[in-house]
Amino acid sequence: MKRVYNLKQEVEKPPRLTGGHRLCAGCGAGVVVAGVLRALNKEDRAVVTNATGCLEVSTFMYPYTAYMDSFIHSAFENSAATCSGVEAAYNALKRRGKVEGTVKFITFGGDGGTYDIGFQSLSGAMERGHDMVYVCYDNEAYMNTGIQRSSSTPRFARTTTSPVGAKNQGKKQEKKDLTDIMVAHNIPYVAQTAPLGNFKDLHTKAYKAIYTEGPCFMNVLSPCPRGWDYPMAKLAEIIKLAVDTCVWPLFEVEEGVWHLSYMPKRKLPVEDFLRPQGRFRHMFEQGNEWMIEAAQAYVDQRWERLLERSGA
Amino acid sequence: MIRAKYINEQTPWQDLTPGGEIYEPGTAREFNTGTWRTDTPVFVVEACKHCMLCVPFCPDSAIPVKGGKRLDFDYMHCKGCGICAEVCPFPGAITMVSGGVPS
Ligand SMILES: Cc1ncc(C[n+]2csc(CCOP(=O)(O)OP(=O)(O)O)c2C)c(N)n1
Ligand code: SF4
Ligand SMILES: [Mg+2]
Repeated sequence: MKRVYNLKQEVEKPPRLTGGHRLCAGCGAGVVVAGVLRALNKEDRAVVTNATGCLEVSTFMYPYTAYMDSFIHSAFENSAATCSGVEAAYNALKRRGKVEGTVKFITFGGDGGTYDIGFQSLSGAMERGHDMVYVCYDNEAYMNTGIQRSSSTPRFARTTTSPVGAKNQGKKQEKKDLTDIMVAHNIPYVAQTAPLGNFKDLHTKAYKAIYTEGPCFMNVLSPCPRGWDYPMAKLAEIIKLAVDTCVWPLFEVEEGVWHLSYMPKRKLPVEDFLRPQGRFRHMFEQGNEWMIEAAQAYVDQRWERLLERSGA
Repeated sequence: MIRAKYINEQTPWQDLTPGGEIYEPGTAREFNTGTWRTDTPVFVVEACKHCMLCVPFCPDSAIPVKGGKRLDFDYMHCKGCGICAEVCPFPGAITMVSGGVPS
């Protein structure tokens, strides 16, 4: 399982998510999906399942597919069930000697498709123990239908259904901790990651998730320049700030053992992450200092808990 | 069976692929998203150290690599987001210029 990561070698592989898809310029989802699929061994095949969302409508538009592997989409709420069904069918064919080679099963769902509407489907597939990976590309709102709040949207974020005005100051509730909930499924592997630096973290976690037998889950931060309202060229910087402020910590849980993947050299104040994004702009208005304090207190409390659990 | 590249709005339904399924991999490559660009990255190979840090950050898989070398942009698919120019550590290797050229 342990392999040395080499970026030069990895980018030499032909991409399994091709150009020509219709995700917005600078969309994090393309980076996340190409990054996860890059972890597949070159000779292996995959079946990619997708929940409805920006990724699905942009990468699979008849007669154009951006995947080099098989792809199946059925609905918004059942991508994990769809994937688990394909995996079961494959096992049945394999038993009868009707299919050869290694085939891996990977589902991508947005946060709406994962934290909310597809949650029961995901929970069931994980509990049944299918040999599959579920990857949530978390852009923290329903982007494809015009930026509605989801249970993944962080507190105070402005969306079209958690607007900012005289009566309302962005989302009222905290972000649901889905990664934690997936750990509670006692599955072999759960990871939280993001595209960062030389992609070692994302790559090694994707490799583990794909090649660990049984159900595995990855939660990957996937900035959306439209919904988050930042200049699209700043993708890498926004992600780095999410990680260095501990808003989006990198960790993995292998067979129930928590492991912190990255300790920021200097933990930055959350406002460094909030400031460049239009969705948090109102938090910097006079009189709203308490919002930044509340956001900081929430991050600190979550971070302390993670340090405790991972013994870091 | 009809190839994806010959399917368009004028194709009669009888000629479409069975089940409306796609039978070839990566057909999106036939589609030009280069026309979306309002800014364009320009690659200067002499300033590039082939560290590859820009490659995985491209959302459009538009930075080809061959034999350990980072090649010039795939302008048919590059949407001009500028992420590569921001992550490149070597000054002058990737510069953003205004406008959608070259294509
Ligand atoms: C049952 C159902 N309800 C609503 C929709 C409309 N719909 C399509 S995509 C989408 C948003 C998807 O949000 P998310 O899963 O976060 O993915 P994103 O678009 O943000 O990448 C919605 C609400 C649908 N397709 N099916
Ligand atoms: S709206 Fe956001 S998530 Fe959807 S394609 Fe555009 S940038 Fe990506
Ligand atoms: Mg979303």
